[in-house]
Amino acid sequence: MSSMNQYVVFKLNNESYGLLIDYVETIEKLTEITRVPSAPYYISGVINLRGEVIPVVDLRRRFQLENISNTDENRIIVLSFEEMNVGILVDSCSEVVTLDTNQIDKAYDLISSFEDDYIQGIGKFNERMIIIVDIPKLLINNITG
Amino acid sequence: MDINQYLEIFIEESKEHLQSMNSSLLYLENHPEDTNTLNEIFRVAHTLKGMSATMGFNNIAHLTHEMENVLDYIRRGNMKVNTEITDLLFECFDRLEGYINNVEANSEEGNDSALELIDKLQISKLADINANGKDQDEKKINPNTNKTIKSAIEFNEYLSNVVSTAIKDGLNVNLIKITLDSNCMLKSARAYIIISTLEKFSDIVQSNPSIEEIEDEKFDLSFELVLITKHNEEFIRKELSSISEVESIEISPMLSESIDISPKNDVVNNTDKIQVVEENKQQENEEAKNKKSKTSKTVRVDIDRLDNLMNLVSELIIIKTRLEDAGDERGRQNTSEAIEYLERITTNLHDAVMKVRMVPIERVFNRFPRMVRDLSKDLGKDITLILSGEETEVDRTVIDEIGDPLIHLIRNSIDHGIEEIDKRLELGKQRTGTVKLSAYPDGNSVVIEVEDDGSGINIEKVKNKAIERGIITTQDTQLMDNKELIQLLFSPGFSTADKISDISGRGVGLDVVKTKIESLGGIVEADTTLGKGTKFIIRLPLTLAIIQALLVVVGSEKYAIPLNSIKEITTIEKSSIRRVQKNEVVLYRDSTLPILRLSELLNVPNTNNDIDIDSNSDNFDEDVIVVIVKKGDKDAGLIVDKLIGQQEIVIKSLGKYLSTIRSIAGATILGNGSVALIVDTNSFF
Repeated sequence: MSSMNQYVVFKLNNESYGLLIDYVETIEKLTEITRVPSAPYYISGVINLRGEVIPVVDLRRRFQLENISNTDENRIIVLSFEEMNVGILVDSCSEVVTLDTNQIDKAYDLISSFEDDYIQGIGKFNERMIIIVDIPKLLINNITG
Repeated sequence: MDINQYLEIFIEESKEHLQSMNSSLLYLENHPEDTNTLNEIFRVAHTLKGMSATMGFNNIAHLTHEMENVLDYIRRGNMKVNTEITDLLFECFDRLEGYINNVEANSEEGNDSALELIDKLQISKLADINANGKDQDEKKINPNTNKTIKSAIEFNEYLSNVVSTAIKDGLNVNLIKITLDSNCMLKSARAYIIISTLEKFSDIVQSNPSIEEIEDEKFDLSFELVLITKHNEEFIRKELSSISEVESIEISPMLSESIDISPKNDVVNNTDKIQVVEENKQQENEEAKNKKSKTSKTVRVDIDRLDNLMNLVSELIIIKTRLEDAGDERGRQNTSEAIEYLERITTNLHDAVMKVRMVPIERVFNRFPRMVRDLSKDLGKDITLILSGEETEVDRTVIDEIGDPLIHLIRNSIDHGIEEIDKRLELGKQRTGTVKLSAYPDGNSVVIEVEDDGSGINIEKVKNKAIERGIITTQDTQLMDNKELIQLLFSPGFSTADKISDISGRGVGLDVVKTKIESLGGIVEADTTLGKGTKFIIRLPLTLAIIQALLVVVGSEKYAIPLNSIKEITTIEKSSIRRVQKNEVVLYRDSTLPILRLSELLNVPNTNNDIDIDSNSDNFDEDVIVVIVKKGDKDAGLIVDKLIGQQEIVIKSLGKYLSTIRSIAGATILGNGSVALIVDTNSFF
């Protein structure tokens, strides 16, 4: 059995990541981020999104990637998940791809070094590899930890 | 019919009805003779019956129906209101409330049928009949000997015309009073058999109660009928004798003379009566009007929509602030006038929206009379609850949250505070203990007090207990005054009760109350005199959404400090700050004031204006700006870099994702669109 899903593709340190379009509320240009004291290290802070205060996760820090300075290409993808809105800060974001479920290799099929549990699988799209992010795991982990 | 769309309305309305039933029951208990209250309870039961039957909630319908029967029975004077009856009615009320809660939770009333309660209701009626049996027997004999029945049937012109015509035509007109056996199970069915038997050979022209009411079983054991028939009395008696479960049949023929004269009198009487009734009605109407104007008209609004409106208003306030900034820069007359106008509008609009969210605290207070009644019964203590200031309004969010802490405090007062009756008399106090629950607005906050005239709190005992529990040390106590010692009551796991009773002391202490109140941005204090009583004082902010705050700059960041936690703003010479065991203190107005650096507390990235007293001796004489904040009796000074000023800010939550963040109470959006965090000064203590 297979079904088609749309994924928003974004880039972090030249790697392509995808997330299920259902979670995406809006994609915003980088605006002023207010630091929040004593927040987890990967929280950039909060932004004002049309009157609503929304926390922003720095995905580079969350994934423990090398830190590079922000550019004009930076985007904040606002996700809506279980009645909360959370923004994720990514390097750039440009396209939406449609993937068949059988185009995605499950994370548990992959070798053990790939055990970061916020990865749902690897999608193959036109010879490109797209890392599919497991949004519920990514966001819920913070609430409990 | 899809009933689900009416479910919400049903729940809301049922709750309202239950609330009025509750207060009526309480009133009835103390005023058993008051028919108005009785009628009110009857009316509520009736409405609930209708509503629940429509919605298909049969258990509720069934129970209310039986309640109605008993109430009707009382209303007709067949039974007196006594303790058993009120207890039983309260039991029914509890059950109904349970049903409604079930409906609210799972859209179903649940399978828990109220049969045993219904039995009790029916038994209560029967028991009363047996008790009054003698009376009834006597009544029964009387009419037989006198051969007349005191009829409750009222003759109107139409009826007397019919009757007199019938008599002229040579027919028999009989007034029949049928009394059913008190053990009769299906009264309406029995009555139906009797009526249909009679209808075979006669015309029933009038009945009391009406045929519909008889069919609905809205009668006690007897009903009266006026029959027109060509048969005689003996025949009727014979026809009816075959029907079982009939206790007595009284038949009295109506004679033309008696009717010819009586109608006129009756008519006159009737008109008199009508006038009286109308007057009564008018009075009632006026009373109702007065009542109405007190409660005023209300509209039920979805809280989400209200929140949306609130958000829009906050937006307006934000843009107003922004315009103010812009206006200052250009300094143009017209702009500033327009801004002033806008400011006035937004402030008014804000007030208006806030008022919509305000609910009288009555809603919470209403549930306490019942609670106190039950508690005083359980504990065998005589207790009067005095409510005052029920009309004080608070924000809806507060209303929802304040109930539990208040329940706890009242239980606490009744259980620990008020002594047993014997002891009270021994102490020369009044037999009845008093618990006062009052609310009043005080500036920008609401104060709720729970006061009892009980034994008060033994401060020595509190002290010893606190030392025993390791909450404080013996040395600590030497420096603490009574007020601070009482405050120990609110520490986690603290209970002064020597033995744990069923009512309180079940592991939930006053610390729960404190935590709850503080989560609402309020404070709770206690005041006690040994032997005289205790008073708990809760102080809550009026609203939780928009507050006055002081904007400050720390490093390169802006923060808002809620104005209600600020005691004063001052400047302090750096040189006067002393370091005691890693903590900084300053002597201010003859008392020590701990100094906290906001930049350190909030980990603000280092900036140039370093104000560390150790390393920077160059500007040792310089002043620092200190915002003195308070929490209860405690003060602390917060060092900030710059003050921006006082501003009305709209509190925005940081959301579930960041709900665990300490020292930040929320965020607000400034005029320039950037976000400033609100400092939770309570977390620094």
